[in-house]
Amino acid sequence: MIDHRPLKIAVASGKGGTGKTMVSTNLAALRSQSGSTLLVDLDVEEPNDFLFIPGELVHVSDQFKMIPDWDQNRCTLCGICSKVCKYHAVIQLGTYIAVFKELCHGCYACSELCPVEALPMHPYKMGTISKKISQNLTFLESRLEIGEEQAVPLIHQTHNLVDKNYADFKVQIFDCPPGTSCPVVAAVKDTDFVILVTEPTPFGLNDLKLAVETMRKLGKPVGVVINRHGIGNDDVEVYCRQQQIPVLAKIPFSRQIAELYSNGSLAYQEVGSLESSLQQIFSYIQNTVKP
Amino acid sequence: MNEIVILSGKGGTGKTSITATLAMLAGSDAVIADCDVDAANMHLLLKPDFGKGHDFYSGELAVINQDQCTRCGICEEKCRFHAISSPGGQFQVNPIDCEGCGYCEKVCPAHAITMQERFSGNLYISQTKAGSFMVHARLDIGAENSGKLVARVKNEAKSLAVAEKKQWIIVDGSPGIGCPVISSLSGATYVILVTEPTMSGLHDLKRIYAVIKKFRIKAGCIINKYDLNANKTNEIKRFLDEAEILHLADIPYDILFTQAMVEGKTIIEIQSPYKPVFQQIWSKLSEQLNHKKQ
Repeated sequence: MIDHRPLKIAVASGKGGTGKTMVSTNLAALRSQSGSTLLVDLDVEEPNDFLFIPGELVHVSDQFKMIPDWDQNRCTLCGICSKVCKYHAVIQLGTYIAVFKELCHGCYACSELCPVEALPMHPYKMGTISKKISQNLTFLESRLEIGEEQAVPLIHQTHNLVDKNYADFKVQIFDCPPGTSCPVVAAVKDTDFVILVTEPTPFGLNDLKLAVETMRKLGKPVGVVINRHGIGNDDVEVYCRQQQIPVLAKIPFSRQIAELYSNGSLAYQEVGSLESSLQQIFSYIQNTVKP
Repeated sequence: MNEIVILSGKGGTGKTSITATLAMLAGSDAVIADCDVDAANMHLLLKPDFGKGHDFYSGELAVINQDQCTRCGICEEKCRFHAISSPGGQFQVNPIDCEGCGYCEKVCPAHAITMQERFSGNLYISQTKAGSFMVHARLDIGAENSGKLVARVKNEAKSLAVAEKKQWIIVDGSPGIGCPVISSLSGATYVILVTEPTMSGLHDLKRIYAVIKKFRIKAGCIINKYDLNANKTNEIKRFLDEAEILHLADIPYDILFTQAMVEGKTIIEIQSPYKPVFQQIWSKLSEQLNHKKQ
């Protein structure tokens, strides 16, 4: 039987700066040599993947969230809206209703519970999705507007767009935001496997543990990539052994990789050992995950 | 009182190692706040005693009373976050998707839904090895509201600083530009941006700078690993000039920083040539804030 569902791989980490972007872009570019591949940058607050993918970014669509807009003429100042809003995004100030759009979660409660329809929902731009095509690699970038606080709605909408318009890509790689809170949870949702990139240092280990706990709570299978292997100590490897978490690859600490990265180059094209590490990662996932 | 927030946009540029070193220099005249509540690391270097801890509740979670539920399905229909589903006809709330808006509670005709307070992490007030107070937190796994926990950490730090008459509040922020970062900026008197000479480092520096500019807060910048890429370092310096951000220091790419971290120490506690660099940063900072110290 041919499987119809795409293989969705998330690249995440608790700690920032461990090499998520490096692994995502190199893995996607390498894999695209043997078939069409989709790379999606979901690190919407600080998207960097585009720096490493050749070609021009083309605007695909603006992304909107729905927020209420006060209609002064209809409003009877009954006060229900500010009472129902749990986020303090709708506040009655005397005879004026203030809507703080950056606090609004778009739950529609104020709008739909208003007895006189004085808070109709309106679209408000929260971000942009752009695209690049480089041979077999199709790349999507999701970018949050400056000053917009909530990454989660944009991440959800990007996943929806991928499911709607890019489902024919059998391999989809998602570069996720750092951390362990709601943006990461949103980014790994519906993915089949999570690669956790870490470094062999106390900071790396501390944040890896948090990331592993998060993924376990979400029921996601994980594998660890130890980047900059050779610095620090062995505690990450000991932890992975104890917890029976597969170590998919150890990418040696290399100033050459760091320099290539700093210039926006895809390091695997010049560092043979990185290419084989990435191949190892991909074949592990392909052999163990049934999408 | 001066409140300094250390940010970077991009993660892993060395924010926490640098913040901890400044905390060591500030000694007992500071309150330290670790506002990277998602992935807090500062405790690994400053060794706080986890003295006073309490639970932090924030936001709410919808709970359905199955005995009262008439299975009408209005809640599922109204929930914009797809947090309510009805496998086998039984309506249930997925706590990971529930944003606690309370709309379902309001529209349930059988009053079967109640909103319950949600545990979202632990907050600690500790004493560090530098003699300072430190406020830090641990966000519950996958929890929402990290912005609110950040605000709480900052408020605790501020009241402590006032009560104990401390001159400095030193805040380690989180990566990114979203709610925890914006929350950590409220009330700040100065921002230190830590960057690295990579294309990502510069790109993210520009985005975080655009955010702090909106708040009209003065900023200085430390270029970490400056010798990794001379061209990029020059590009960053040009940007700092244009944006009128004070260039505070260049720190080289040195494995000693990792070695110090492995020992649970800051770079000035091990044998290293970097103490003068940090002392210089500290005096530039004091000068910037018109604060005669040392």
